[in-house]
Amino acid sequence: MIKIRGQRVPVRELSPEQRIKNFSSVPLGYSAEEAVAEARRCIQCRGAPCEVNCPIHLRVLDMIRAIATRQFKEAFFLLKEDNPIPAITGRVCPQESQCEGVCPLAQDGQGINIGKLEAFIADWARERGIKEEIVIKERPHRVAIIGSGPAGLICAYDLRRWGYQVTVFEALHKAGGVLQYGIPAFRLPTEVVDYEIALLEEIGVNFQLNFFVGQNIAFDELRHKYEAIFIGTGAGAPLFLGIEGEHLKGVYSANEFLIRVNLMKAYRFLEYDTPIVCGDRAGVIGAGNVAMDAARCARRLGAREVFILYRRTRKESPARVEEIHHALEEGVTWMELVAPKRILGDEQGWVRGIELVRMKLGEPDASGRPRPIPIEGSEFVLELDTVVEALGTTPNRLFLKHAPELAVNRWGLIQVDEKLQTNLKGVWAGGDAVRGNATVILALGDGRQAAAAIHRVLSPEKLG
Amino acid sequence: MKARIITRQKLCPDIFWYEISAPHVACRFQAGQFVIIQVHERGERIPLTVAEAHPERGTIVLVFQVVGKTTLELSLLKEGEEIENCVGPLGNPSEINFFGQVICVGGGTGIACLLPIVRALSAAGNEVISLIGSRSRDYLILEDKIKAVSSSLFIATDDGTRGERGLVTDVLERILEEEEVRGKIQRVIAIGPPLMMRKVAEITRPHRIKTIVSLNTIMVDGTGMCGSCRVFLGKAMKLACIDGPEFDAHRVNFDDVISRLEMFRAKERLAWAVYRQQLEARQMEIKTKVRAKEGTASHD
Ligand SMILES: Cc1cc2nc3c(=O)[nH]c(=O)nc-3n(C[C@H](O)[C@H](O)[C@H](O)COP(=O)(O)OP(=O)(O)OC[C@H]3O[C@@H](n4cnc5c(N)ncnc54)[C@H](O)[C@@H]3O)c2cc1C
Ligand SMILES: Cc1cc2nc3c(=O)[nH]c(=O)nc-3n(C[C@H](O)[C@H](O)[C@H](O)COP(=O)(O)OP(=O)(O)OC[C@H]3O[C@@H](n4cnc5c(N)ncnc54)[C@H](O)[C@@H]3O)c2cc1C
Ligand code: SF4
Ligand code: SF4
Ligand code: FES
Repeated sequence: MIKIRGQRVPVRELSPEQRIKNFSSVPLGYSAEEAVAEARRCIQCRGAPCEVNCPIHLRVLDMIRAIATRQFKEAFFLLKEDNPIPAITGRVCPQESQCEGVCPLAQDGQGINIGKLEAFIADWARERGIKEEIVIKERPHRVAIIGSGPAGLICAYDLRRWGYQVTVFEALHKAGGVLQYGIPAFRLPTEVVDYEIALLEEIGVNFQLNFFVGQNIAFDELRHKYEAIFIGTGAGAPLFLGIEGEHLKGVYSANEFLIRVNLMKAYRFLEYDTPIVCGDRAGVIGAGNVAMDAARCARRLGAREVFILYRRTRKESPARVEEIHHALEEGVTWMELVAPKRILGDEQGWVRGIELVRMKLGEPDASGRPRPIPIEGSEFVLELDTVVEALGTTPNRLFLKHAPELAVNRWGLIQVDEKLQTNLKGVWAGGDAVRGNATVILALGDGRQAAAAIHRVLSPEKLG
Repeated sequence: MKARIITRQKLCPDIFWYEISAPHVACRFQAGQFVIIQVHERGERIPLTVAEAHPERGTIVLVFQVVGKTTLELSLLKEGEEIENCVGPLGNPSEINFFGQVICVGGGTGIACLLPIVRALSAAGNEVISLIGSRSRDYLILEDKIKAVSSSLFIATDDGTRGERGLVTDVLERILEEEEVRGKIQRVIAIGPPLMMRKVAEITRPHRIKTIVSLNTIMVDGTGMCGSCRVFLGKAMKLACIDGPEFDAHRVNFDDVISRLEMFRAKERLAWAVYRQQLEARQMEIKTKVRAKEGTASHD
């Protein structure tokens, strides 16, 4: 048995009472002393299971060793080589099911806090203006990247470093994809995302914002103008339950709710112009990261009671453990084994409640999780004045409509081979557009892999 | 992309005509499409229909009515100033074909949205009867432009100061019964306030004339990402920004469309009131400064 090397160094956080009044970052991050103390707990396992289980095989071991010996700068450069956006992944990766999940110390709940160490190093460098030096040897080839989420950003970063002329097209007025419009500032501060994007601009990545490929330029035309294309358009279209009452005022898709709050800064209404209405009692349907984000935003917008309405149980929730924990701390009520049947409204067309039916768990379904089965006659009404549907998202129909020659599967996900190449010559794809609702780190990995594949095709001589 | 205001014209007390530089939009625009603009970094994203496009100049024309804070702020910009963001063209183009005889109904700023459609329909060889209406003579916009591209034009104002007294829908009801048009109209296109569009749908339904309306739901992204613009055609949910903005009027559930437009009303009123106050305070400040200057001047 491995002995616990002391307790995990706790992360200082805003108290729940403080947090629900603002959108400031909840974790305050490690100080240098705390980071060193946490890094020293690492037993430097042979075979480094943490690295094996990180989707991009980040060199965790070396990073931790450098932190333990206070070589922060070295740790930063090392980190950057594998992962261009550690300040982001450190904050949003589902560590408990990846790197940290297999740390032997985790068996006692004392796994090394790899995410917070990663974020610490990245923040430390950002605060000191420490950047890696990038010397660019220009190449003439032009590459277009559609979508500025993590997949597109990383693909752009790699290709630009290697000298390509890279243009990123983004439909919205700000770059970043979900990092910008979806994940709230109390989890991922806006300045962290803006900083990473500014760095890309600095090395000469050209951003064309307010530009929807398909509407502003035909996909075909883009193919003629650029030698290679990477599609990182995500899976940003909301799903609705299709039940009665979804037309009512006060019913939102989680996407609308979060776009208003994060991208448009509706929580600072009057200073910013985009409104949001959130009542006293909000119900959020679903229990993933998106649902937790919506619920925690609703609390901060002044909802006194916020319910997570989930048809399975907490064990089956796909959300990050930290998010569930924070949501509960902030007073969100977890209501499990319930499924919505219809949304109820008043004469003025405003939401007044939701009819739910109780569920029980049955045999495992295709996803391996027990299938929820409705209990007949168990319907009841929960009074609500705001309903947010956080059921996941699908790929944007609008882009696919404009690229009919692109092969997609029956869910509208773009089909690619093992090198992320689509059925079209010179066109690669990755991230949520290929995987469906996945993660930032997987999108990042795809962006990297596609960049390497594009490099190999455009400059074969360099790689022998 | 920033969009510079090239010419600014006041068409009537609360409706403005802006020609702005937007080459990406101008070269791709087709009748029926819109843009989403954000006046400044902290502004709301609002959809506005493109009334004209001039690809050779790289410009488009937006015609908007001041109804709230964003449109008020927009109306205060001067020639040469810039709109922070402009994305488009968004939405599907209107279906332009040779239909034969077509009636186009426009109310308020809807007349501007109708203009490129009337123009395209006429160019496609249709006989276009245009019906336009407003509160009174002073609020009637683009009469000459519509007239120039229509086969015939009917005008109605609420107070009878221009054209007939009454609503455009009254005119529509009447001419559909007239000998020479009866049974010949292949299509009706209506753009204007939702109540007007609903009325048009009710009038044409018994005549079984295919009727198209352009819905002005609340939008945020305009690319199918938020679901704010959802409308219901029977039980089917559609997104106005990517499935529309034009829909079969006889299938649209107008009650929901009208109701959902009120979702943010309380906040919109607040934003308007606060902004008006700020404007007044600014004007007062300028006045006192001017007075103070005059005061010191007279002492000299
Ligand atoms: C609220 C929320 C919380 C999440 N929390 C986490 C988390 O904690 N941890 C985690 O790992 N993952 C999380 N995820 C998932 C993660 O954010 C996504 O898996 C990831 O962002 C996918 O990246 P992407 O680059 O594929 O696309 P996206 O980030 O979706 O970006 C796609 C971009 O492409 C643009 N675009 C689309 N079509 C076009 C076009 N035709 N032309 C131009 N631009 C276009 C879109 O506007 C968008 O900006 C969360 C997702 C959401 C919505
Ligand atoms: C496809 C489309 C095309 C349009 N074309 C034109 C046009 O050519 N000329 C014109 O004058 N108006 C047009 N509109 C309506 C215009 O977008 C609204 O008048 C504008 O958003 C009002 O903003 P505001 O801040 O000034 O007013 P607010 O005080 O915010 O709102 C006033 C009313 O406008 C509507 N509205 C508010 N926010 C939005 C929004 N984000 N999107 C849509 N509607 C909203 C609501 O009904 C609201 O009650 C169009 C709308 C759509 C959907
Ligand atoms: S990138 Fe994510 S999974 Fe990999 S080590 Fe860092 S936090 Fe863990
Ligand atoms: S698994 Fe845990 S203890 Fe082992 S090297 Fe990785 S972080 Fe250190
Ligand atoms: S405006 Fe967001 S989906 Fe239509």
